[in-house]
Amino acid sequence: MYTLYERWLGGRQGAIGLLILALLIFAVMPATLDVFRLNLVGKYLTYAFVAVSLVMLWGHAGVLSLGQGVFFGLGGYCMAMFLKLEASDLISTARQTTPGIPDFMDWNQITSLPAFWQPFHSLTFTIIAIFVVPAVFAYVIGAAMFKRRVGGVYFAIITQAIAAILTILIVGQQGYTGGTNGITNLKTLLGWNINTNSAKYLLYYVNGALLVGVIMICRYIVTSKFGRLLLAMRDKEDRVRFSGYDVSNFKIFVFCFAAIISAIGGAMFTLQVGFMSPSFVGIVPSIEMVILAAVGGRMSLIGAVYGALLVNYGKTVFSESFPQLWLFLMGGLFIGVVLFFPNGLAGLYQTYAKPYVDPMLDKMSGKRSASSRIQVGEKERAVK
Amino acid sequence: MTNTDFVLAIEDLTVSFDGFKAVDGLNLYVDKNELQVVIGPNGAGKTTVLDLICGKTKAASGSIKFKGLELTNMVEHQIVRAGVGRKFQTPSIYENLSVFDNLEISYPKGRTVFGALMFKRTPEVKSRIHEIADMVYLADLLTTEAGLLSHGQKQWLEIGMLLIQDPELLMLDEPVAGMSVREREQTAELLNRICKDRSVIVIEHDMEFVKRIAHKVTVLHQGKIVSQGTMDHVQSDARVIEVYLGH
Amino acid sequence: MLLGYSFSDWGSILAMQGFAGLSLFSVLLLMALGLAIIFGQMGVINMAHGEFMTIGAYTIYVTSKLTEQYFPAFMPYYFVVAILAAFIIAFAVGYAVEFLLIRRLYKRPLDTLLATWGLSLIMQQVFRSIFGGREVSPTLPQWLMGSWSPTATIDIPINGLFVMALTIVVTTAVLLSLYKSRWGLKVRATTQNRSMAGAVGINTKKIDRITFAVGCGVAGIAGAAFTTIASTGPTSGSQYIVDTFLVVVFGGAASLLGTIASAFSIAQAQAILTFFMTNAMGKVATLLTIIVILMLRPEGLFTSKIRK
Repeated sequence: MYTLYERWLGGRQGAIGLLILALLIFAVMPATLDVFRLNLVGKYLTYAFVAVSLVMLWGHAGVLSLGQGVFFGLGGYCMAMFLKLEASDLISTARQTTPGIPDFMDWNQITSLPAFWQPFHSLTFTIIAIFVVPAVFAYVIGAAMFKRRVGGVYFAIITQAIAAILTILIVGQQGYTGGTNGITNLKTLLGWNINTNSAKYLLYYVNGALLVGVIMICRYIVTSKFGRLLLAMRDKEDRVRFSGYDVSNFKIFVFCFAAIISAIGGAMFTLQVGFMSPSFVGIVPSIEMVILAAVGGRMSLIGAVYGALLVNYGKTVFSESFPQLWLFLMGGLFIGVVLFFPNGLAGLYQTYAKPYVDPMLDKMSGKRSASSRIQVGEKERAVK
Repeated sequence: MTNTDFVLAIEDLTVSFDGFKAVDGLNLYVDKNELQVVIGPNGAGKTTVLDLICGKTKAASGSIKFKGLELTNMVEHQIVRAGVGRKFQTPSIYENLSVFDNLEISYPKGRTVFGALMFKRTPEVKSRIHEIADMVYLADLLTTEAGLLSHGQKQWLEIGMLLIQDPELLMLDEPVAGMSVREREQTAELLNRICKDRSVIVIEHDMEFVKRIAHKVTVLHQGKIVSQGTMDHVQSDARVIEVYLGH
Repeated sequence: MLLGYSFSDWGSILAMQGFAGLSLFSVLLLMALGLAIIFGQMGVINMAHGEFMTIGAYTIYVTSKLTEQYFPAFMPYYFVVAILAAFIIAFAVGYAVEFLLIRRLYKRPLDTLLATWGLSLIMQQVFRSIFGGREVSPTLPQWLMGSWSPTATIDIPINGLFVMALTIVVTTAVLLSLYKSRWGLKVRATTQNRSMAGAVGINTKKIDRITFAVGCGVAGIAGAAFTTIASTGPTSGSQYIVDTFLVVVFGGAASLLGTIASAFSIAQAQAILTFFMTNAMGKVATLLTIIVILMLRPEGLFTSKIRK
């Protein structure tokens, strides 16, 4: 019981925060929004996976990746390849020059399914690939960089360059990837139509459950010795190394873990939105995902979800009605959060709301809870 | 005596930075349970020698043998795991974590990724942390955030973080810098106690302090040993006086 | 015969692609020089560096339009004045940005990165609001047009030659001022040991501000060079930012000579590869090579060994 409460849920504050989030996702949103808007919220929540991964990577481990879009994209493309193959059966593609292959391949004069597409006929393979492909990719990058002690700004720039490369590659290799348009016209998952309202509801709930699950796993990691080591590494890497730890292994693990989380988000994106394109992979989306975590508070797992919801809601509202204003706002958000609210929404909560909320909770539960230890990460000093 | 009888045997060690030889053909031996103090003017190569032993800097040539184990081709964490602990010149502790957490992170279990994920705070761990905290005069401050400690207490904490790993060779770079007279006395007592079952190398400038702790003193200058022996011997050595006063 | 080209064809291809590479090299180098000053010397990550290039490019455009309208007789000469204006305006904006934003973020490199990215978004939108989303080109003086043909198969554009000359002048000026002038000495003193530099009476804050502004000013000149080989849009500069950072990192952040060498090799590699592959694949191959080399040698091409 103790481990479940303190470690997976994060003590009293963590458990209540998670409960409120779960209520919001599973009860409030579905009760108040129509299916179109709920689907939109579901889309925002897929970005929240990436924001949560950045809280682990950037907030806790101090490693800023400007290429998380790569992993979001890898997960999304794996899913999309499976769905596209299912949508490209012989009957629906009968009018193509080569029936049975995805339409964009046919348009690009490709006459047989490329080898790396073949295994995506299997859903089992696809699901494994969603985890393994980004993890292996992250491992290769992470091992190469962290073993050689590349970190900080250099790591950020190189991951950004990798995001750029992958985008150019996807756009350039139209016949294999669908190019700029991405992989579109996805219809069914094992014969189940994902575009119906009932499917959208179900996928929304699956997505929400996965997100809550991911946050709980992150909580477990953060409250373990591993989590304290991450903070220690971020602030005094040499001391950790000279305490007998192979620092690079820890960073590689977090990087791979963050890649997998982002990829789950990407796969859920494809399922809920019905397509995947390079516009979620490149430099701009990748750095925008950082701002989601920054707005929520770079140390706060729950904050990241609110950051993702808020920023993307703002983006939808503004970019439709005042597109010029949105870029100013987005730019201002980057500058403002960094200069004035380095701990984001979570920081605001800690400073302004917590002093009132905590005594109330104490009164309700009738005793002081031992949650103070868990907050070590959250009362981090702003300037580092 | 062959060099495997020493805990640490450094032979012909050389390293240069852009042509400047910071350590130049150095031979240095440390006995079991010996507390050896290394002194020397600024730029003598003292810190660089520690850097070379603990793997922070790679040697250009020469060998460093620790209990017969060649350290020059091992990486930092392997050297630590082999039993070499090192305190840095400025206290290097985790300021945002409590004293307890600082010691727990240094506890030599759960050092791999999965070990750290599965690590449990057992009674054994707790009692060891209390024992060490007692030793370094921090027993009452276990829940304090380490950043709030005084400079001297930070030095002790870092020494405690090394002691919890029970190293056979402990290297301390200026352990009493920034300490009050009282704290210096306590540190001297601490060092005299802990060198009972391990070898210690200390770099220090405070001669009063050196006198109180040193079994053997080594004087470095321009990356070479100028003089070695007891404190009295070294202090009366003309070459040492030349190095400190001369030119 | 090799790949279907005769040997004289090969000579021409290499000469012309090599020259195309030199034009790219010039712009990259001018961009990278500014960044090498800001990032290499000061350690500041300026993601809005590309936008300072765009400022320079728009300055040329505006000057050309104004000259055309009010002093048509001055057309052949305006370009030289406009380059100076590009430097001054980019310098002034850089000075203001340092004062308002950057100086609050020293020692927080990752935060600087995010804040300057925000700045770049705002600047892009300002460009779009003023000049519209469509790309514009200045009217170039007649003498910049045309080309020079030393042999029948080789065709070298004059504007490319001009840009190269400009690059050589600016690079020399930057190198001289950084390594031979009093200012350069102060900059290097400040970047190597800030508190010591302050203690010996250097106004480190002023040095920071001017150094940052000079870096931006050089980017402005890069913008001037850019207008001679391509047209300018609100996002022209941002397309160069990743390449520019790679150039600086690849060369070894603190070494200006490294920056020059790496700008040259990257630009040449890209120009020659794009001839044999598609544009996109040439770029992918170049970037990948850089990253692989950086993984093998993270400290870049030119570095010195010091005790850290």
